Amino acid sequence: MEKRTDKNSYTIIFAVAMVVVVGSLLAAAASGLKPNIDENKRLEKQQNILYAMGVNENDETSANFVSTDVAPKLFNDYIKKQLVIQNGETIEDTTAYLIDVKKEKTLAKEDGYSRRLPLFVGEKDGKTYYIAPIRGKGLWDAIWAYVAMDENMIVQGAFFDHKAETPGLGANIKQRFFMDDFIGEHLRSEGKFKGITVAKGNADPKNNDKTDNEVDAIAGATITGDGVSAMIKSDLRLYAPYFDKLKTN
Amino acid sequence: MGILSKKDANLILDPLADNNPITIQVLGICSALAITAELEASIVMSISVLFVMGVGNVVISLIRNIIPSKIRIIVQLVVVATLVIIVDLVLKAFAYELSKTLSVFVGLIITNCIIMGRFEAFALGNGVWRSFLDGIGNALGYAAILIIVGFFRELLGSGTLLGIPVLGDPIEKTGLYATGYENNGFMLLSPMALIVVGIIIWVQRSKNKALIED
Repeated sequence: MEKRTDKNSYTIIFAVAMVVVVGSLLAAAASGLKPNIDENKRLEKQQNILYAMGVNENDETSANFVSTDVAPKLFNDYIKKQLVIQNGETIEDTTAYLIDVKKEKTLAKEDGYSRRLPLFVGEKDGKTYYIAPIRGKGLWDAIWAYVAMDENMIVQGAFFDHKAETPGLGANIKQRFFMDDFIGEHLRSEGKFKGITVAKGNADPKNNDKTDNEVDAIAGATITGDGVSAMIKSDLRLYAPYFDKLKTN
Repeated sequence: MGILSKKDANLILDPLADNNPITIQVLGICSALAITAELEASIVMSISVLFVMGVGNVVISLIRNIIPSKIRIIVQLVVVATLVIIVDLVLKAFAYELSKTLSVFVGLIITNCIIMGRFEAFALGNGVWRSFLDGIGNALGYAAILIIVGFFRELLGSGTLLGIPVLGDPIEKTGLYATGYENNGFMLLSPMALIVVGIIIWVQRSKNKALIED
């Protein structure tokens, strides 16, 4: 005799029941945990921005954020202005840091939409930092960064992160040895925006020359490195007019 | 092993050596290649798989008598995927830092053939307790290989262990590097994981001739 569980009708009922149970379970988990997850992401953005301008708890070799308990307070203390640049116009917006760079990039592909570019102006020890979020593609998935610059577009600090680069290779863009190489590096060359290239076969592996618009690549992470170069070129370039204006004023 | 009978104890111990999921059953090779460039990633992956296999085997064993055999593979896949997604969501909500380290592995865990392999070969035909032990045992066997491979690849490839330099500074030429030693960048690439796994298989089989197939 055929077993009960071999019947077609049983199989179909089981499949339907399974989808309903699993579907509701996942939906409940996702919506129930969403507020916590969103809050974590908001705090992370504040931590990232603060990290780029040098407000962090780095020790000698590893990169450490300020703790999430103090991040909102420090963010209010250090970030003096949050700007949104759109169509060359600059307005202040205290929630600029919540702008989703990914969404803006997608929207910008449509005709007639000009991206809203968030820029954060921070002050530490009498120095002004301009911090821009940028986003691009690595080998497997998205990569992004927060780059802090001075008024001459010289990098003062950078924080890189990624969604799914290879551990030990591309994932190392968030290691100090890579991020710290950007500090002091010029984004302009002879007055014009040039970007910074992650270069293989760099003649300057210790990165003593800060005006060559190059940092040393990570061995085995060529595509991630190219993604970093491309992201800096395409996204930070959009901020160049703002800095040009800053100079003439 | 007072609390476990000898048969039960073997469920845990066998996969660690003579029935290792990677070197003998040749399952889970793909993830063993992908994430062993760093010791830390190997350890994190091992713990994740340990959890998913323990719980997954229990769930499958609990529902083994009501699963329609025609769609059992799909059911197994759904169980793994659900478990992994829930774990990922909970981590994102309550241990955000950890979840970022883990995100790379989520997809890899779902497709890890050790998990499907043990569901199919063991949990579908055995009781809950024994299935749990089998899951833990196989996950530990997997972990052992991952950690050995990760140890050698990070040490020889980057000169570090868990991110801490142990051989000196390759740029300043201190420690071992002062003698002319160089990191072998080749170790960081996936093919070398295969070669390290191959060496482990070789050592294991030359020690225990019974494992050699004709």
